[in-house]
Amino acid sequence: MMEHTMHNHGHDHAHGHVDQEELKILGFWIFLVTDVILFSTLFGTFAVLRTHFNGGPTGKELFEAPGYLAETFILLTSSFTSGLATLEMHKGKKNSLIVWLIITAILGALFIGLEVNEFSKMVKDGATISTSAFLSSFFTLVGTHGAHVSVGLVWMIAIMVQLARYGITDVMKRKVTMISLYWHFLDAVWIFILTVVYLMGVM
Amino acid sequence: MSDHVYEEHAHGSIKAYIIGFILSIVLTIIPVVMVFYHLGSKQIIFYGILLMAVLQFVIQLFFFMHIREGEKPRYNVIALILGIVFVFTIVYGSVWIMGFNYMVQ
Repeated sequence: MMEHTMHNHGHDHAHGHVDQEELKILGFWIFLVTDVILFSTLFGTFAVLRTHFNGGPTGKELFEAPGYLAETFILLTSSFTSGLATLEMHKGKKNSLIVWLIITAILGALFIGLEVNEFSKMVKDGATISTSAFLSSFFTLVGTHGAHVSVGLVWMIAIMVQLARYGITDVMKRKVTMISLYWHFLDAVWIFILTVVYLMGVM
Repeated sequence: MSDHVYEEHAHGSIKAYIIGFILSIVLTIIPVVMVFYHLGSKQIIFYGILLMAVLQFVIQLFFFMHIREGEKPRYNVIALILGIVFVFTIVYGSVWIMGFNYMVQ
């Protein structure tokens, strides 16, 4: 609680002070790099195993364009709306900020709903994580991304609650910036999932 | 008073987000169309859509995540570049080394 009313130091490097909120943002960028490493290993694995069908279904047979295209544009739009949210934040408009975060979260939830639907259908059709190496790496890569989005949704809701409570303080600005970065990052990862998994899978 | 901390950050503008959004949409539609309508050889499509994915990523980096020129040391850019080194090593390295396993499928 006190954290939210304290004022920050300025960029006073001459006196050895560093802006705490800025430092935390840098720390979060570094965390995102570790997340990049995680997804790299999952992409690398998928790249190696993408043709190991074990006699089972291929991407071409399983992937449905309306599904993954809808997921793509929904997530992209949610990345855009999270940007609009931060614009409102910088203008100091708490209610507009919260509204755009709600819209972002709704789009995110839609994305998850579509993906759960997609996975369920695949499993029902006999394409499970243990069917083939291709499917193991598919479910792990895309599932991990989906798990990240789900965590992001919970986090976003928590931020909305805190915003309603504390308003736009320096600390809240940093928090909103962080979750915004996280959300943009997830859309960036999805760009490559769409390209490498779905598009290359149906080529 | 507490706002001065963020003035030096690249906030972005509504224009930046809209441009980024539209460019991202375009860079999504082109690969999809190329793949669905077989516009080109397999090689061209493969490298084309990969290139556009990288391009869209860079665009989102600039327009959404505000990786931009600033007066302050850009440690986040340095961290990101290191991240890209990791990606390349892990992904390309895996594909390369596992390529020797041609006896297995």
